[in-house]
Amino acid sequence: MKAIRLPQLAAAATVALGVSIALIFFYAPIDGDQGLSQKIFYFHVPIALTAYACFAWGAWKALLHLWKRPEGADLESYVAIHMGVIFGSLTLLTGSIWAKISWGVWWAWSDNQLVLFLVLFLFYCAYFMLRYSVDPGPARANMCAVYALFGVVLIPVSFLAIRLSRSFIHPVVFTSHGPQMTGSQFFVFCVALVGMLTLFAALYQIELAGKRLDAHLRELRELLA
Amino acid sequence: MSYLSDIGALTRKDLLLELRAKETVPAMLLFVLAALTIFHFVTPTGGERTATLGLLWTAIIFTALLGLTRAFVPEREQGLMDALVLAPCDRSAIWVAKSLAVLAFLGLAEAIALPAFALFFSGIGWRTVAAVALADVGICAVGTLTGAMAVAGRARELILPLLFLPLAIPVVVGGVGASAADHGGKYLAFLVLYDAAFGLLAWASFEYVVSET
Repeated sequence: MKAIRLPQLAAAATVALGVSIALIFFYAPIDGDQGLSQKIFYFHVPIALTAYACFAWGAWKALLHLWKRPEGADLESYVAIHMGVIFGSLTLLTGSIWAKISWGVWWAWSDNQLVLFLVLFLFYCAYFMLRYSVDPGPARANMCAVYALFGVVLIPVSFLAIRLSRSFIHPVVFTSHGPQMTGSQFFVFCVALVGMLTLFAALYQIELAGKRLDAHLRELRELLA
Repeated sequence: MSYLSDIGALTRKDLLLELRAKETVPAMLLFVLAALTIFHFVTPTGGERTATLGLLWTAIIFTALLGLTRAFVPEREQGLMDALVLAPCDRSAIWVAKSLAVLAFLGLAEAIALPAFALFFSGIGWRTVAAVALADVGICAVGTLTGAMAVAGRARELILPLLFLPLAIPVVVGGVGASAADHGGKYLAFLVLYDAAFGLLAWASFEYVVSET
């Protein structure tokens, strides 16, 4: 499979995000209940879903590393999780802003999703601690891969745990009866989600290219030394 | 040798070491009693029963952490890990044996801590005891694996709580729910699910944590 070129990907992310921002502000209807502040939904939820996608991609690469051992899967897993932590921090930030406007508090423990993201944030920050406390090499790659796999099991388990001690304060938009929003809202949401996912793909490729360049440079230096 | 006898031999080694050195279990016992004493002073007089039950779980998690920090110390100090990895046995047997040993230590500490809690604070029901037993399995399964990761790094004692605590949050939710909620059955079921999911994952992945290739 030929990888999509970085400039094209970056351009696609810019276009998709530009279109989604235009749609959010000029096309999406103003929510009857929450007013203008509801528009943060089109940022908050796509960012959160993108963060999940990053963690899932990181875990998939980790599994590949342990299973088929392709070259570079460890680095790809690390970069995806790095992106996941960045999107996760943004989720906490946007969620916090929305909570302040909607419920009048910056942080609501009664909000399941927000607490889940905090747990995941703590977990994946520990991933970085682990990665930087072990010397680079196959042992570190294995350990990080195992820890990343624990992450994807932790997501549903924590979700269930937090759901068990749940309350109904968080608006549940996606129920088993399909999305609870109008057609135009759902359309804007999908565009925003595609925008965020392309942004992730572009950032992922950029960081990966940088890290690979680093590694090549180090090899060259070692050869010259 | 079969898998079970490998586990038996490895567990026996850990228990024997503890029996001779007497380091971990006394430390855990003193720690949990000291923690409960501190908890008496942090809870306001006539504090809610639910709140004190939460403190019991705090004590259990941190006592377990203390034991887990010590779990791989003999291996590290004597350079035993390489020998264990070289031994002609399945590597997951090392994890099972170490988890069983830590489980035994934690069980001993709790055998003192639970009556002490009942004496100092409030009585506990069978559901709390069942939840503690189920939680112990999950704590030891996950904790032993993260313990093995932590000793490989430079930060060691520093990093274990960071690796372990986020993974232990669901255990705390299940445990507190089972002891404090009116209908605790579903929380016990949740703890069983946690033990099964993470136990299997840890069992399958331990090999990669200790192997160098």
